[in-house]
Amino acid sequence: MTPPGDGAVELHMLVKRYGAAGGARPAVDGLSLTAARGAVTSLLGPNGAGKTTTIEICEGFRRADSGTVRVLGLDPVADARALRPRVGVMPQSGGVPGTARAGEFLRLAASFHATPLDASALLERLGLAGHARVQVRRMSGGQQQRLSLAVAVVGRPELVFLDEPTTGLDPQARHATWTLIEELRAAGVSVVLTTHNMEEAERLSDHVVILDHGSVVAEGAPEKLTGAERQLRFRARPGLGLEELLSALPAGSAAKESPAGHYLIEADVRPELLATVTAWCASHGVMTEDLRIERRTLEDVFLELTGRELRS
Amino acid sequence: MTAPLDLSPAPGAAPLPRMILSQAGFEVRAVLRNGEQLLLTLIIPVVLLVLFGATSLLDLGPGRRIDFLAPGVLALAVMSTAFTGQAIGTGFERRYGVLKRLGATPLPRGGLIAAKTLAVIAVEAVQAAVICAVALALGWHPHGDPGSVIVLLLLGTAAFSGFGLLMAGTLRAEATLAAANLVYILLLAAGGVVFPLDEFPSGVQGALELLPIAALAEGLRDVLQDGAALPGTPLLVLAVWAVAGLVLAGRFFKWE
Repeated sequence: MTPPGDGAVELHMLVKRYGAAGGARPAVDGLSLTAARGAVTSLLGPNGAGKTTTIEICEGFRRADSGTVRVLGLDPVADARALRPRVGVMPQSGGVPGTARAGEFLRLAASFHATPLDASALLERLGLAGHARVQVRRMSGGQQQRLSLAVAVVGRPELVFLDEPTTGLDPQARHATWTLIEELRAAGVSVVLTTHNMEEAERLSDHVVILDHGSVVAEGAPEKLTGAERQLRFRARPGLGLEELLSALPAGSAAKESPAGHYLIEADVRPELLATVTAWCASHGVMTEDLRIERRTLEDVFLELTGRELRS
Repeated sequence: MTAPLDLSPAPGAAPLPRMILSQAGFEVRAVLRNGEQLLLTLIIPVVLLVLFGATSLLDLGPGRRIDFLAPGVLALAVMSTAFTGQAIGTGFERRYGVLKRLGATPLPRGGLIAAKTLAVIAVEAVQAAVICAVALALGWHPHGDPGSVIVLLLLGTAAFSGFGLLMAGTLRAEATLAAANLVYILLLAAGGVVFPLDEFPSGVQGALELLPIAALAEGLRDVLQDGAALPGTPLLVLAVWAVAGLVLAGRFFKWE
């Protein structure tokens, strides 16, 4: 792990409360995390978990009520002047004037930096070469999103904060964005992003931090979070006697039917177990469909930790 | 297919003057491309100049009509850019998170304000060139000291900018849009731009003379029509408005 003081972002016991003190539950409530340099760190969490507030504190847009924040070893508010050239920021939405032309605004952002990327090449990379002379307000949401990403990286920063970089993008644009993020990482840039897209988090991240109610509920490499365990899933007629099936399986196994007709067996999945399950089905005249062995996904972990109820 | 991009970190801010010039150029282009802004900053002033300069629709008092009108329309041009245009433009930049996003770039806030000021002055220079050309074509004979004119225009710009930024930084963007246009129309009507203030009742006239637009228009007339140097009262009135506006804007402007 990263030695103390050496992470791209280090947060310790961060608290941020909106409105009167003692009022509503804090948006960020004792959050501590480290984002390593040169790595991609993803913040996952339901709406209202505190992801954007956390990122905006790191960007220097908000001050924490308490706790410490270190970005590239510096204080985002007190050392803002030193940090601004080194940190790229893509807000969740907006920030680009609607009347400006895409290429014009990107060149403006580039002109604030000593050795920026070539604006035309960057537009081309993000599939916006044909839109350089188009007014931002005439571009689709996905195109505006990619322009915003371009503005965040044009100054060749050491660290970028991307707040939901692919929300609302079509698959092509999403893959172009993912490729760029992978290239940033390969070039040694530290990336901190928020996302609701589990596939994105699993594919891109070195480190995933799952937030809920303003603090960390789990973190680790994606494969560590999903674990090595496998599970068995199949469909069959509803109402099978699962307790009887369980008694045939090794101790510690679990089985559930949810929704009706969809079965999940969590167990140490070995060839013998598969044989036991299919033999049990055969002896009960049960035809299984869609029988598959899978690893837990990040989405399974996420829902397990943050629950299934809808968040406002 | 795509050109290789060297994404390896190479952070560093550009020199401050380059950032300011770059942002100012961006803002000037935005104004000159914006149809509604051009209506306020160029078309209305030129139409007023031609309409009332070439006809006798209005009683403009003794003296040549164009010599009365041209300084008033120059004052209107300063107000339209430094106050109305800047308030509306900055108000929507704040609303759409542009100010916040610029705050995350190496351009410091002071640099952004400097760039906005430069952009306002550059647009005013374009306005002044067009208005003077039209006025000269209509037979305008300006007198007086160009230095005094520049001092008046800059002080007027400071006064109007302060209140434009105060409005943009405190009200909602839609409210700023409505209020800034309303103030433009009210001050155009009651600020001695084209309608002489001595047509108003004397008690009202004294109060109207304290408006920044009236001080600027009267000060420019004192110099350009009557050949005065550094007219004291208008300069003092403008200075008070400028200090008040800039102090209030500095105190209450909210960036997001």
